[in-house]
Amino acid sequence: MNTLLKLVVQRVALGILLLFAASILIFVGTNILPGDVAQAVLGQSATPQALANLRAELGLDQPAYIRYFEWLAGVLHGDLGKSLTNGQDIAAAIGQRLSNTLFLAAVSAIIAVPLAITLGLIAVRYRDRWPDKVISAVTLASVSVPEFLLGYILMYFLAVQFHIAPSVSTIYPGMSFWAKLHAITLPVIVLVLVVQGQMMRMTRAAVLNLMQSAYIETAELKGLRPFLIIARHAFPNAISPVINVVMINLAYLVVGIVVTEVVFVYPGMGQYLVDHVSKRDVPVVQACGLIFAAVYIGLNMLADVISILANPRLRHPK
Amino acid sequence: MADKLLEVRNLKIEATAYPPGEKPRDITIVDDVSFQLEKGKVLGLIGESGAGKSTIGLSAMCYGRGGVRITGGEIVLNGRDIRQLKPGALRRVRGGEVTYVAQSAAAAFNPAKKLMDQVIETTLQRGEMSKSEAEQRAVMLFGKLGLPNPETFGRRFPHQVSGGQLQRAMTAMALCPKPDLVIFDEPTTALDVTTQIDVLAAIKEAIADTGVAALYITHDLAVVAQVSDDIMVLRGGKTVEYGDVRQIIEAPREEYTRALVSVREIEHEEKKPAAEPVLRVDNVTARYRGTNFDVLKNISVDLSPGQTLAVVGESGSGKSTLARVITGLLPPKEGTITFAGRELSPDMASRKRDDLRELQMIYQMADVAMNPRHTVGTIIGRPLEFYFGLKGEAKRKRIQELLDEIEMGQGFIDRYPAELSGGQKQRVCIARALAAKPKMIICDEVTSALDPLVADGILKLLLNLQKIEHVAYLFITHDLATVRAIADSIAVMYQGKVVRYGSKSEVLSPPFDDYTDLLLSSVPEMKLGWLEEVIEHRRMESAGN
Repeated sequence: MNTLLKLVVQRVALGILLLFAASILIFVGTNILPGDVAQAVLGQSATPQALANLRAELGLDQPAYIRYFEWLAGVLHGDLGKSLTNGQDIAAAIGQRLSNTLFLAAVSAIIAVPLAITLGLIAVRYRDRWPDKVISAVTLASVSVPEFLLGYILMYFLAVQFHIAPSVSTIYPGMSFWAKLHAITLPVIVLVLVVQGQMMRMTRAAVLNLMQSAYIETAELKGLRPFLIIARHAFPNAISPVINVVMINLAYLVVGIVVTEVVFVYPGMGQYLVDHVSKRDVPVVQACGLIFAAVYIGLNMLADVISILANPRLRHPK
Repeated sequence: MADKLLEVRNLKIEATAYPPGEKPRDITIVDDVSFQLEKGKVLGLIGESGAGKSTIGLSAMCYGRGGVRITGGEIVLNGRDIRQLKPGALRRVRGGEVTYVAQSAAAAFNPAKKLMDQVIETTLQRGEMSKSEAEQRAVMLFGKLGLPNPETFGRRFPHQVSGGQLQRAMTAMALCPKPDLVIFDEPTTALDVTTQIDVLAAIKEAIADTGVAALYITHDLAVVAQVSDDIMVLRGGKTVEYGDVRQIIEAPREEYTRALVSVREIEHEEKKPAAEPVLRVDNVTARYRGTNFDVLKNISVDLSPGQTLAVVGESGSGKSTLARVITGLLPPKEGTITFAGRELSPDMASRKRDDLRELQMIYQMADVAMNPRHTVGTIIGRPLEFYFGLKGEAKRKRIQELLDEIEMGQGFIDRYPAELSGGQKQRVCIARALAAKPKMIICDEVTSALDPLVADGILKLLLNLQKIEHVAYLFITHDLATVRAIADSIAVMYQGKVVRYGSKSEVLSPPFDDYTDLLLSSVPEMKLGWLEEVIEHRRMESAGN
């Protein structure tokens, strides 16, 4: 148990370290971007004096490293700063949008992960036969089609032609859970289709890799049903590679779905980020960047920890 | 008249071969093999690798490994031909009427699941017993097979128990669903000789107690003689001889069977130790990095020029670690190595080229010790280039000389390792070691992966080369028959220590220390009733203490 704990603590510590490194990268990256917030706010006709005053007011005349540590200190206290363009508290503004994004990601993940793994196992069961080929072809096709195209196609058929789901997925506080769920039907379908392929293929490849093992032959000679052999004897040993791909896709569901949000007018993080990048609102971009980095690092750290826990040799030492 | 359980008639099994550079073609693996088995009897299938014995064993479950297909004949089990069964019915035969014990239980158990869940899996699957009944039966079998703490044994994972225990657990798994027939596929081959005897006795007792019939597959005639009622000798997929065990062991009719029975009769007169040893290991203690446990403890041995020192012991005794220390792969914690009169520097990187040249090594797995994309000529030519700067025609001529020395002759120089048999591969490795003109070669289990007759050929070759080249061997092995055949002196290792060391005649003559006695008495002998004698003898001794 001791070695296990040590390994897990190591991973977590590494994740935190990585997050700090990411915060530096985000800060440096946003600071070397061309353009000037004061200029953007005041417009082309502003006087040099007005620009200088605004910069001083926003703290932009301080050296970069001081601003970094001030920003970091704020973040550690839960203060993400104020938006440069509208003066709103960023934490409050992001809160609602982040929960919207997480809601969409969670619903998509709850459908996509079990579906992808089941399809992967079915593909192994009927490897090189028609079910395998159909699954591979369909998932490959759905990955290859751009999300916005997939979104518009679904919108045309499911919303416009058959009125099954709403074409606009705007949700707002006060909506009931079921109403929200109904509203996001289309983006969920799009996202499930998009993340499906990689997870399914990884499951198929990882499990197939194990099918030559001696213990699979043992299971066959025990007279077990083929699907039972795959699900019960092969899959538990394939968790480690599969979980890594699953987590990368979950991270994508949180941070990479700007296009889907725009297509379905969904009030999530992605849209918020894009709006403020165009306005050069650096604190908002930094805050979003840091949250995305935290999600990525957190999920991958979780994948590592699950991989460690899935290994019986580490879980039950001699 | 006992009931007939299994009757195999005119069995034919084929597979598709993919020879390098040629079109795939069908080859016959088993041809026209027939045998029968009565309830509660044991039939031993014996032969070298490639004889088709495992393939025949698995055919009793109508199972073909890899691309192997059963293409002809009848397999009548309990009165019906199982080749005609539908997949569902066949699954009920597998794991129910017939079960299987694999050679490597360590690989055959699922590493992610507890032993108990795996042992009772088929029994539960069939719904013949409740979970608690099945667990009770498993615990009973664990106890019968002599596993420690049978009540809690099943809660462990495969990596938490030893190889010998896993092999017994697999036997328990096979017996749990109350089968009519168990196929034992080399169940003790991967075990140490001292472990093998216990597992063998446990298996034999379990067979007798449960009244199950068995097919016992092995390449070791002495082992199969202890457990079988009948024996079938196979070669190249055909039956050589089929009869009851006494007839096969005591009065074999066929030439090939006689060769198997009389294998390992190499005579080797031991030589007197020379005044000046070529290798002196002086008080060496070693441990691996990051551990706090000495793998070798105060080892001191000498090896005279042109002679053979056999290092014997079971797995984990430190034999191979000693080789690593001598070659400089693992610098010792204490102690020195003197080679050809000069002290060797502890780690390989700082040794002189001549030290490296004069101390060569041959490994157990010839397969993985050669680059599969190099030809035999390139493999043997490499040390010639590296140490002697030979090129072109001169190099080719020397390679051919070496090939002649290992009795492989013309035509092999441009072949790839994949085109060679196991014995030939090991010969190429010997030639590569000889190419460096060494004073000493470390042979690490070089015959363990080979069939007995092939291994004999290799041993004869090594002895012959020793006479011609006057090279010394440090011969690491767990096999005492090999030791008898080639050693001049012997060091017996146990738990990192040399427990007995001296000339061959001294070490192999009584009085023995406890461990050497155990080791020597555990080597299966080619006679009926040997197993019972040894077990009885040990029981009396432990009662006496």
